[in-house]
Amino acid sequence: MQKELIRLEHISKSYDGQMVLDDLNLNIHENEFVTLLGPSGCGKTTTLRILGGFVSPDTGNVIFDNQNITKLPPNKRSLNTVFQKYALFTHMTIADNIAFGLKIKNKSKSYIDDKIKYALKLVNLEGYEKRMPDSLSGGQQQRIAIARAIVNEPKVLLLDEPLGALDLKLRQEMQYELIRMKNELGITFVYVTHDQEEALTMSDTIVVMNQGYIQQIGSPESIYNEPENAFVADFIGESNIIAATMIEDKCVEILGSRFTCVDTGFGTNKPVDVVIRPEDVELVAPEDGIIKGVVTHLIFKGVHYEMEVTANGFEWLVHSTVLSPVGKEVGIKVDPFNIQIMNKPESEDEEAVALEL
Amino acid sequence: MTNIAKKIYVSLIFLFLYAPIGTLIVLSFNASKTRAKWGGFTVRWYLSLIQDETILEAFGTTLLIALFSSLIATVIGVISCLAMSSMKRKTRTVLMGITNIPMLNADIVTGISLMLLFISLGLKFGFGTILLSHITFNIPYVILCIMPRMKQLNPSVYEAALDLGASHLTAFFKVMLPDLLPGILSGFLMAFTMSLDDFIITHFTKGAGIDTLSTKIYTEVKKGIKPEMYALSTIIFLTVLILLLLVNLAPNRERKE
Repeated sequence: MQKELIRLEHISKSYDGQMVLDDLNLNIHENEFVTLLGPSGCGKTTTLRILGGFVSPDTGNVIFDNQNITKLPPNKRSLNTVFQKYALFTHMTIADNIAFGLKIKNKSKSYIDDKIKYALKLVNLEGYEKRMPDSLSGGQQQRIAIARAIVNEPKVLLLDEPLGALDLKLRQEMQYELIRMKNELGITFVYVTHDQEEALTMSDTIVVMNQGYIQQIGSPESIYNEPENAFVADFIGESNIIAATMIEDKCVEILGSRFTCVDTGFGTNKPVDVVIRPEDVELVAPEDGIIKGVVTHLIFKGVHYEMEVTANGFEWLVHSTVLSPVGKEVGIKVDPFNIQIMNKPESEDEEAVALEL
Repeated sequence: MTNIAKKIYVSLIFLFLYAPIGTLIVLSFNASKTRAKWGGFTVRWYLSLIQDETILEAFGTTLLIALFSSLIATVIGVISCLAMSSMKRKTRTVLMGITNIPMLNADIVTGISLMLLFISLGLKFGFGTILLSHITFNIPYVILCIMPRMKQLNPSVYEAALDLGASHLTAFFKVMLPDLLPGILSGFLMAFTMSLDDFIITHFTKGAGIDTLSTKIYTEVKKGIKPEMYALSTIIFLTVLILLLLVNLAPNRERKE
């Protein structure tokens, strides 16, 4: 792991008595792409604004490069932000927009010119110096906002849902662009989004947040494959979350049937939640399955079929490239490796809440 | 058929609205001294106006008052808008309501209360008291023009400037002010117009020995109507008209760019 760059220590923040962040602790490393992911109101934007210096936390410290910057105003921090709605200076040309930070730092004319060229090249908008922001498309404006931030050579770039206003195709393009830029610049990106796909595509580390708490920190793979609680499982991708009982190590009883799994150490006869991803549910002949069910819904989704199978009183969500028509009797089988066991939430705060997407 | 009716209706409205001013303008070019008959076209009244020193002095006073009062009111208005925009919604609504009251208040009430206030403060009536009262009644108009513009601002733009290393002052002058400029300009012009054509409040706060154009016309008219006053009124009307056109066109031009 790279050297630690930012440390948030015991950060709490409330607005008008409403707790937004509660004792948040987070470490961010050099050259890391960290994504704060969660539904709206989970505290992810507040966390970013605390990093940028626009919001001061009620308690706790922000440590940047071993220095306490909690009280430092935004214009003294060596971080730069890319705002949600671009926030370009509409009365200035693109070149003046990009030069804004450098002019304040009294850099020489030739240095500024070189930087503008370099930044426009990096965001693939060479030759746009003389244009006005309003004449650019949303995607182009966002690239300029990134260019304006990175010419100041920040150690960390904060991005607040930068792709939120773009259409799907452009969004996917920009995701690759952002990864490329991050690798070229070799700096840390802290990215805020509510889009789980964006988070999975770009991040080195995902921080899943809900109601002011960090639910899970991990690589995209570990967040997707081994969600720690029902909220994370539900928020990241689609999943079947079923109440079950851990009979003993490597054996779990789901809806009255015993499945083999690979998890150990949960104790015996302990109530747990299991997560099974829709693509991990195998539909086989009724006699080959562990439980039997009937297909009740079928939707064609392009890459795969989405089916609902009612089995033992639970509606299983199934993704498969093989079609099983509605009404067909099927058996359900799951590879032991694909059954993810989670402890039942201990406090209310960890419990899954209705998503507002 | 309905189209013709509509046109007639609109024409009638405009006729009634502008007939008095039209009459005034026509009479200001009437060579005959009586209002009853048309004695041919002349610019004599305008010429004698320019030669009348008391009129010229009143004209100068009016311009100075209008310029200074609208400038000062604009500065105060911008600062007030800045403060109000960072307030909570509820406080802001209440404050906006309070600033709107003087606009709705009858001029005569404002005039008399200002006069009483100046007397109780022991101020000497003259240029200073007129200026003070004009600033007072101009501020709400300025706020009214700037506040909508302020609300349209993307708050991230100011934050972006700070983020790029600008101080609050630099961020305000380089980033926020240019965006507010159309609103500030129309607020200034509006205040200028209001100050230019005010009579009642000036009448109560001016004291002896000083006159603006409107109070000058009033005293002259009391002595008996002179055609010069038609000419003067015409000039004031046209000035205000042009200023109002500017107020209304300024923001539109900005949007088209």
